[in-house]
Amino acid sequence: MHFLSFIKDSLAAATKGNKNFHLWMGVLSLFMMIGFYAYTVQLDEGLITTGMNDHISWGLYISNFTFLVGLAAAAVMLVMPAYVLHDVDFSKAVLIGEGLAVSALIMCLCFVTVDMGGPQNLWHMMPIVGIFNWPQSMLTWDVIVLNGYLAINVCIPAYILYSKYCGREPNKKIYVPLMYLSVFWAVGIHLVTAFLLAGLPARPFWNSSLLGPRFLASAFAGGPAFMILALGVIRKCTTYDIPAKTFNKMAMIITVAAQINLLMLGSELFKEFYTPTHHSLSAQYLFFGLHGHNALVPWIWTGISLNILATITLTFHKLRRNPVFLYPACLLLFLGIWIEKGMGLIVPGFIPSPLGEIVEYSPSWVELCVTVGIWSLGLFIFTLLVRVAIAVEQGNLRNPQT
Amino acid sequence: MKKFNFRSFFGFESSATNELNYLKNKAEKSSDSCGGNCSCEDPKDENAIDTGALNKTVNRREALKFIRNTATAGAALASSSFSFGKEEKAERAGIKMDEYFKSNYRLMTDKEREASIERLERLSEIDHGVRPEIKGTKAQPNTLYGYAFNISKCQGYGDCIEACVEENNQDRKTNMQYIRMFEMENGHLDLEEGKADYTHMVPAEGHFYLGTQCFQCANPPCTTVCPVQATWQEPDGIVVIDYDWCVGCRYCEAACPYWARRFNWNEPEVPAKEINKEQHYLGNRLRTKGTMEKCTFCISRTREGLQPACAEACPTGARTFGNILDPDSELNYILKNKKVFRLKEDLGTEPKFWYYMD
Ligand code: SF4
Ligand code: SF4
Repeated sequence: MHFLSFIKDSLAAATKGNKNFHLWMGVLSLFMMIGFYAYTVQLDEGLITTGMNDHISWGLYISNFTFLVGLAAAAVMLVMPAYVLHDVDFSKAVLIGEGLAVSALIMCLCFVTVDMGGPQNLWHMMPIVGIFNWPQSMLTWDVIVLNGYLAINVCIPAYILYSKYCGREPNKKIYVPLMYLSVFWAVGIHLVTAFLLAGLPARPFWNSSLLGPRFLASAFAGGPAFMILALGVIRKCTTYDIPAKTFNKMAMIITVAAQINLLMLGSELFKEFYTPTHHSLSAQYLFFGLHGHNALVPWIWTGISLNILATITLTFHKLRRNPVFLYPACLLLFLGIWIEKGMGLIVPGFIPSPLGEIVEYSPSWVELCVTVGIWSLGLFIFTLLVRVAIAVEQGNLRNPQT
Repeated sequence: MKKFNFRSFFGFESSATNELNYLKNKAEKSSDSCGGNCSCEDPKDENAIDTGALNKTVNRREALKFIRNTATAGAALASSSFSFGKEEKAERAGIKMDEYFKSNYRLMTDKEREASIERLERLSEIDHGVRPEIKGTKAQPNTLYGYAFNISKCQGYGDCIEACVEENNQDRKTNMQYIRMFEMENGHLDLEEGKADYTHMVPAEGHFYLGTQCFQCANPPCTTVCPVQATWQEPDGIVVIDYDWCVGCRYCEAACPYWARRFNWNEPEVPAKEINKEQHYLGNRLRTKGTMEKCTFCISRTREGLQPACAEACPTGARTFGNILDPDSELNYILKNKKVFRLKEDLGTEPKFWYYMD
């Protein structure tokens, strides 16, 4: 069976490397272990070890979850041009994009799991033995779309890589329909995640029809920005050649998405502050502070400044085409969106509480360690997947019998 | 004008412009379907989970049984090789295992419910040295509970809060309370302006007091969002939680516009001598960490014909609890003759909790 040898050879390719590679993986493993330890503390004593409480019942975990769903959805911005529009410039990046989607989704699932009060009860969500509250609960929708997207994004690259490993050209009739599906699905995962929040009239800060589109715009900016950084590292550390044209086109996508994102931010700010109502209190807390409580104010203004700075830099052709500006701009944009779509979105939704009380939130050491651990796990998986993809693409990984 | 309701449009839930009519219809329908004696918790009931077809329920029951048997066999093997020493420990492990693999309360047969109650009573005896009496009393036919709160009588003493904590075995470590009492300045009805953390002598000059708790909404957003249907509305209008089925995602807590749900962030603690032994499966039985809980209009008391603890404890008579469907109830008198209002009516949640003044 060729498939077994494919797995074996892939594992070998993924784990062999130079000193720097082992150092990188070693550091990630260390963080993962620390995160795991912190999680055992949380399991033992309960969620009281986090900074969350009845007022702010979702915190750092769900913040990272919403952000990462966007990162996963962003793979579509590479898949669509490469396969659907037959733009060859992206073909070298697309498998890496799917690797990113897979690792981001695994991180999402981890973040949801660590946020559960009773993770041992998760089987209650399984069809047949459990109860699936579908189609009523948006959370069940989310479980379906996330797992479906994960399956698609595992299947397509696995099929393509395996075909290449066996020395065949992958059959377009098999993977192109799946690609189309993944394009729609990617939009779906992010919209559903936005609807999860937007569907709650109890929380006016989220209860906005712009939330879904804003999620998409920021995802299509932040995701490819991360990809550019990753491709930059790959270009530098390996012999895998990625043409400059790929970078230029991705940078173009990022720029447009980032501009649209800022536009929507502007219209949201207008609605909240031109004629402020009681429903604007959360926004007021977030941007300017409320009754002396202002923990998130510096945080969100940092995020917005980063966003604006990066978007301006990217808007100029000269700057965008110059790696000296492109990489930092992508990094700033990525961080800016992580702030905005993470803590900057989830936490203010809970402040003030529906009964008007103000309680502030800051994550505990347990939450921080678990979060770093899950991010390390994601980067660990991403590194492994990328190494296999590159080895196959470069022809270093071939079945000797074919 | 008829309000458009997404969920009813897609047939998920019935709704009516007049929520009282809606609730009455619902209660009548549910008492029709079974001749009036039981509380309609069989799968055919409209409040029961839509499992598609009965055979699906059977399927999942068999699947569950299979998993449980395999796991129990595994546990037996493990315990025989480790030898727990104490018999109780092994018994506890067995009970825990059976409890873990039990089904959602609404899908259980009466027999399964009884068995679970028996196990829970024994578990409490082992863990806390107190054997409670856990009831599974079902909703009574022709009953729809409601509550009225007189803001001109309440003086803000907070006796209701204390009684509630004692009655419902709430966690003493984190000082969990279902009832929130707001001190409001005269002339404001904005909770934003109210203070829930007052410590001075009450009543304060120029202020009135407004208590909140779970309002048992007729159209509750908290039950819609639950991914596993661990929370639902009973035929008598009480929104309950199956503590053992809840996965602790806290989505319902985010969805409640009245901040009425409480989560067990740690393992709840109630001193053994303070445990209230009169318990209900869906009410004040002892909870564990990582699960959601809330006010159930004291289901353990009210389904036995008693008043809720808060209404009984109130020294000023500001609290009136009763059956909306009973035309002679005091509650109905208030609803018909006083100027009543509810909080956040614009959200369409239709609370069954009214405020009024004399
Ligand atoms: S008050 Fe909150 S918890 Fe109670 S029924 Fe309404 S939405 Fe649910
Ligand atoms: S916390 Fe429990 S009751 Fe609430 S939505 Fe989640 S599973 Fe359902």
